[in-house]
Amino acid sequence: MKKLFNINWIKTLVSLILTFVIIQLLISFNIINSYLQSTLAAICINIILAVSLNLITGFTGQFSLGHAGFMSIGAYVCALITLRVQTIPGFILGVLAGAVTAAIIGVIVGLPTLRLRGDYLAIATLGMAEIIRIIFLNMDSITNGAAGLSDIPQITNWAWLFFYTAGTIIIISNFIKSSHGRACISIREDEIAAEAMGVNSTRYKVTAFTIGAFFAGIAGALYASTFNFIDPKIFGFSKSIDILVIVVLGGLGSISGSIIAAVLLGIITTYLQAFANIQMILYSLTLIIIMIFRPQGLMGSKELSLSIFSKLGDRFKPKKGRV
Amino acid sequence: MEQLLQQIINGISLGSIYALIALGYTMVYGIIKLINFAHSDIYMLGAFIGYFSMTTLKLGFIPSLLLAMVFCTITGVVIEKVAYKPLRHATRIAVLITAIGVSLFIEYTTMAIAGANVRSYPPLTGILTKSFMLGNINISMQQIIILGITIILMILLQFIVKKTRIGKAMRAVSLDSDAAELMGINVNTTISFTFALGSALAGAAGILVGIYYNSINPLMGMLPGIKAFVAAVFGGIGIIPGAMIGGYFIGIVEVLVSGYSNSLYRDGVVFAILILVLIIKPTGLLGKNSREKV
Repeated sequence: MKKLFNINWIKTLVSLILTFVIIQLLISFNIINSYLQSTLAAICINIILAVSLNLITGFTGQFSLGHAGFMSIGAYVCALITLRVQTIPGFILGVLAGAVTAAIIGVIVGLPTLRLRGDYLAIATLGMAEIIRIIFLNMDSITNGAAGLSDIPQITNWAWLFFYTAGTIIIISNFIKSSHGRACISIREDEIAAEAMGVNSTRYKVTAFTIGAFFAGIAGALYASTFNFIDPKIFGFSKSIDILVIVVLGGLGSISGSIIAAVLLGIITTYLQAFANIQMILYSLTLIIIMIFRPQGLMGSKELSLSIFSKLGDRFKPKKGRV
Repeated sequence: MEQLLQQIINGISLGSIYALIALGYTMVYGIIKLINFAHSDIYMLGAFIGYFSMTTLKLGFIPSLLLAMVFCTITGVVIEKVAYKPLRHATRIAVLITAIGVSLFIEYTTMAIAGANVRSYPPLTGILTKSFMLGNINISMQQIIILGITIILMILLQFIVKKTRIGKAMRAVSLDSDAAELMGINVNTTISFTFALGSALAGAAGILVGIYYNSINPLMGMLPGIKAFVAAVFGGIGIIPGAMIGGYFIGIVEVLVSGYSNSLYRDGVVFAILILVLIIKPTGLLGKNSREKV
């Protein structure tokens, strides 16, 4: 019980509730209109995707270029279920089934491919995601092929999105703080040394990969339910790249970095809509410039936390002399 | 049997193009360990410059080819100097994201200048329109030209890499860039030269694909780029003959799959073979297993 009610936990809870209430109020007063609400949904989904990819690439050091593949599994499973059961329990079941299916595929893909190192793993995961996309494209009778699934019932709202986003962040950051998480980080730092210390590297790599796939599945399910329409094109190679960009921009190995980058990129793309014809040029230039001047990402591997305010406070306090 | 031979000949033409792009990927990877995503857009630029020079400037095929290669060489070197050089000591993933940024920049700048619509190459004239019948197998002049130019360029590349001073420097830098620098090799010049060579080959591939398939658009580089990279990994990345073998293999498999079964599965089969090869031989077909030292 002591652990459950410590001061950090209460701080986290209060800031979560505040975030939720403030944005809910902004929605109720229509300051966040329906257009901005879809941006908000996209940001939440991107946060889930980026945080889960950060677990694989940032913390465990396994370079994956196939995150959109897991997302598409979640999206299709959830869409197919909610199209048949158009209720809230159907939606909950759909999200869960999507995530679990993605996790199972994650294990199946991860076991053989995670033996590969570095860029070879990246290309293998890229190939895997493309194969998943091509399978969806060819299962005409179930997935409606290239035309995609439309009229998926829209059940998600801000409360659902917030619940899943906050849940993802809490679960993954707690995983990283656990002994399993430390094992994953040790694999990133030096796989051979980690193995020498008795870390079963294959097991932890597959675990991280599976958890990442699970949450990517949730993100896909939320995507299907928010935007009512999915087709295989959405989950192509460029979607995986988009997720990787958020993770690297935020900083590999920084969960708060991923969140900040997802929010920033969401806002930037919304404002760039006004310059539709040069939107992508400006986006790519931003990307190049940020990477040249800050190659470690916005946050590096540091985390932003409430303690930063107390640290700032310390700076202005008179320093105590050493005894 | 005849159909099989015909398909293989078509596959060789496609494979030549993949091989030319894959060479650029593999050389750049070999020297700075970067998956140069912008490489596929250099190939696209080559196709557009070829189009521009054949239609607006009304140049012939060979001058257009040379123009495209020169333009792509310059672009490749400029990209390296502006975007990748400041990141020489950054993490590899940061350079990778920069490469993605450069790739998007080239694609959408081309789209802003030339428009997003598909353009078709001018109809071929003279000797280019001929085709030969070998028994029942049809070989078009374009296919012969594609194969011929690819072979010439590959021999030239092998000569540069194996016989010249700068080629020796390239091999030295890719083996160990710190040691190469200590031996007095200018690493930056060598890297720029590698980009120049790779980009010239990609430019040639672009114009060849233009005359072969006739249609070009600003996003045409994406999929062939990925497949060419797959070809490079398949043959063992960083190894020049590996990229050639990989390119031809991927090209032939692709044409055979679309010829004998559903063409929608074409890309799936390519990636499935890649994953199998990697699982059986993690460093690619010609890759050597390096012992890890602690």
